[in-house]
Amino acid sequence: MTAAVPDIATATAATSRPRDAYLHVEEVGKQFGTFVALHRVSLTVQAGEFVTFLGPSGCGKTTLLRGIAGLDPPTTGRIMQEGRDITHLPPAERDFGIVFQSYALFPNLTVAANVAYGLRGPAWPRARVRDRVAELLGIVGLADQGAKYPAQLSGGQQQRVALARALANEPGLLLLDEPLSALDAIVRQHLRQEIRSLQQRLGVTTVMVTHDQEEAMGVSDRIVVMSRGRIEQIGTPAEIYDRPASPFVAGFIGHSTRFEAVVDSPPGVLVSGGVRLRADAARPLLFGTRVTCFIRPEHLRIDRGDEAPPGSIVARVTGLEFLGPVCRLSLEAGPLRLLATIAPADLVVLEAIPGAEVAATLPPERLMVFIDDV
Amino acid sequence: MSEAVLAGQPSRPRRSLDQRIMRWGLWLALAFLLAFLALPLATLLLRAFETPEGGFAGIANFRTYVTTPALLAAAWNSVWTAALTAAIVVPLAFIYAYALTRACIPAKPLFRAVMMLPLLAPSLLPALALIYLFGNQGMLRWLLMGGSIYGPSGIVAAQVFYCFPSAALILAVALSTADARLYEAAAALRATRLRIFWTVTLPGARYGLVSAFVVVFTLVVTDFGIPKVIGGQFPVLATDVYKQVVGLQDFNMGAVVGVVLLIPAVLAFLLDRWASRQRTATMSGRAVPLRPAPRAVRDRPLLAVCILVAATLVGIVGVAVWGSLIRFWPYNLTLTLENYDFTRFDTAGWDSVWLSVRMAAMAAAVGTVIVFIVAYVLDRGSQHGPLPGIGRFAAAVPLAVPGLVLGLAYVLFFNHPANPLGFLYGTLAILVLNSVVHFYTVGHLAAVTAIRQLDPEFESVGASMRVPVWVTFGRVTVPMCLPAILEIAIYLFVNTMTTVSAVIFLYGPDTKPASVAMVHMDEAGQASAAAAMGVVILGITVTAKLAQLLLGALLGRATQAWRR
Repeated sequence: MTAAVPDIATATAATSRPRDAYLHVEEVGKQFGTFVALHRVSLTVQAGEFVTFLGPSGCGKTTLLRGIAGLDPPTTGRIMQEGRDITHLPPAERDFGIVFQSYALFPNLTVAANVAYGLRGPAWPRARVRDRVAELLGIVGLADQGAKYPAQLSGGQQQRVALARALANEPGLLLLDEPLSALDAIVRQHLRQEIRSLQQRLGVTTVMVTHDQEEAMGVSDRIVVMSRGRIEQIGTPAEIYDRPASPFVAGFIGHSTRFEAVVDSPPGVLVSGGVRLRADAARPLLFGTRVTCFIRPEHLRIDRGDEAPPGSIVARVTGLEFLGPVCRLSLEAGPLRLLATIAPADLVVLEAIPGAEVAATLPPERLMVFIDDV
Repeated sequence: MSEAVLAGQPSRPRRSLDQRIMRWGLWLALAFLLAFLALPLATLLLRAFETPEGGFAGIANFRTYVTTPALLAAAWNSVWTAALTAAIVVPLAFIYAYALTRACIPAKPLFRAVMMLPLLAPSLLPALALIYLFGNQGMLRWLLMGGSIYGPSGIVAAQVFYCFPSAALILAVALSTADARLYEAAAALRATRLRIFWTVTLPGARYGLVSAFVVVFTLVVTDFGIPKVIGGQFPVLATDVYKQVVGLQDFNMGAVVGVVLLIPAVLAFLLDRWASRQRTATMSGRAVPLRPAPRAVRDRPLLAVCILVAATLVGIVGVAVWGSLIRFWPYNLTLTLENYDFTRFDTAGWDSVWLSVRMAAMAAAVGTVIVFIVAYVLDRGSQHGPLPGIGRFAAAVPLAVPGLVLGLAYVLFFNHPANPLGFLYGTLAILVLNSVVHFYTVGHLAAVTAIRQLDPEFESVGASMRVPVWVTFGRVTVPMCLPAILEIAIYLFVNTMTTVSAVIFLYGPDTKPASVAMVHMDEAGQASAAAAMGVVILGITVTAKLAQLLLGALLGRATQAWRR
């Protein structure tokens, strides 16, 4: 919706000084027949950094990862790794290790043989291979599982074997393609912290692909948010959460309520369905501009209907979800539908039961405003 | 960045050694299919439009064909006997397969094994058995009440026996992929059992039914052995080709009949491909397998049918075995092994048996290697460009080409004076290659199915660790696919042992396979010796099948420990 998106992506690339970058993706595009999977994307990854490609399925994140790995070389653009143009090198001539979503462990080889799979040639005499395998299995906490077959391990253990195997050759770049999506929630949370601390310990530059934003936020130094073959925003988890660069990022990362509005006067005032709201971000915008606004549920302030502070709007409670640490309220203020989260303890004080009226305050500095494309 | 200045036109993707090897493999696969499938068939097609002198005849040959009533009658005979056979076999096979997959009957593995029996013998064997029973000297001839087994009734009866396993196999597969959730939903909606059968079971198996019908139809139209032995004066397409080529030495008219024989086979093939495409669309990955619960009202009648069918299958083979041991049917029923002294009936004697074994073993060895590597290259190689698609299509074509047509195509192609591969003509090698190509598609599909079960990223993982593709192929792909590889080898062995139609035009004076010797003995009126030869072939194929089970179990223990 905003025309500024591509500029943001290239601007980030330019400011992060590609000369020092470990991995430099430059105008990379990929076309499958008439379908464009990637539109000339550019980004850089610094040495030792953990970068995550995040986006809904079909956004091009896996295509980009496979381009970096050389499994599906891009149609246009260049990929540089440590100053070396690897765009069209076959995978075997690159320097990376990869963990696939399915792990792709060889089921007919033992765990130790899987890890040792890439350790061949004159540089790897038998004894050295044995030591290295033992070391790697120790690192991932499977020291006593070497003789088992993959099918005898749990999903999480298989994942660690895949990780050990990918790290065996000491690659400069570790690629993770949805590495945790086949695991159940608790194992997933535990393993992602393990991957992160392992990555920091070894200092290996890592690129991960995921569609799970919590996972991305939890482990990444920086996140590359992608949608429909384009990069929407590159930034630290806090940056993309607090200052989304596009309506897509605002809607995709975290929860938010979205509504349409028009810029009114005086500057900094929006009108949405007859409700007048103040928004700092709307100050520089011209009168009459159509905009899309987002506000996060936790930024909404809720007061009792009879203690309405100035600037608040009256809203009726239409729904209530108890989620444990917080409660989520569905509110209706005229045509506006809003979500708000409050502490369960406040529920009683506010008397926020369905049908009741409360006062909702939308903090002007928290309102995220994006100009609509005409 | 200095490189950025130099970067003008983007460099073309450079192929790695792996990719080059896969590319070479693809070219070799296509060259093989071109030389041994496409070019012979093209030669056959060309000959159908040639005058005996080698000039261009246009459609003159076809005009002669359609204006010769005897030839047209044969085509019609082929079609209606095939349709009738399919109409009998498919319901029968459906009940049998239903009992095996959807009922609780005892001894299912035994019934499954017996079901396969007809596939292990040449198609002539059931025809010979029927002649023993209902022929001019048949013991049960009175049952026909003056009718004759020589002709359509004998053909249909023998074909029912011969085609039963193919139909039952297809239907057993179709019925085994049931989704229990559908049955639970139907039961929860209080549908009656009959209604569930009509609305869930039959629709679920309908593509299997189409497939079974098509396969049986094709088998009957293209089979040569049965009408040869029991057809009497009843002409069909398959015997016509033989008559034109071997009897009248009219290769052009033979080619025309071959092309005509190709039409129903190709139509059936297209119909079957359509059906199988529909089937994959209806399968859901989250289906819950159905486990039948015992129910006497259903199980007992089904068990009775199974016993009856299995007894008939064993009985017919038994009659052939018994007949082969009889001194002089039906007048002197004392037992003897004289009929197994083949030198008395055919100069080649037992040599043709050993030749068949050698031929089948070579077809299994060479064929399995070719089939598996080609399937691997087609499936795991680069999918770029039209070549992989052409290869996949070519690999599916042999299924639609009757053995007689392929054999005739080989005669015309390899016997051509200008063919540099002509030295193969009359050798054992051409028999082996012909058999490999004739039975190619089933092996190819089995190999592709096995390879597709492997994680698609194995090669990528190998490449990321700089392990060449052939190492991954040898260390992972082949060991994991060993059961399928063994299956393909035995399939090729058994079919090469039993085939008549694929080799009847191709054998040379020193390379006469046992199945062809069987045809010749029968032609010479030595039915007992022919039956004895059939029993020997059956013995060898049954041994091979048992060896597969044993070897499979041993290999399983040695290499498949990872399956838990």
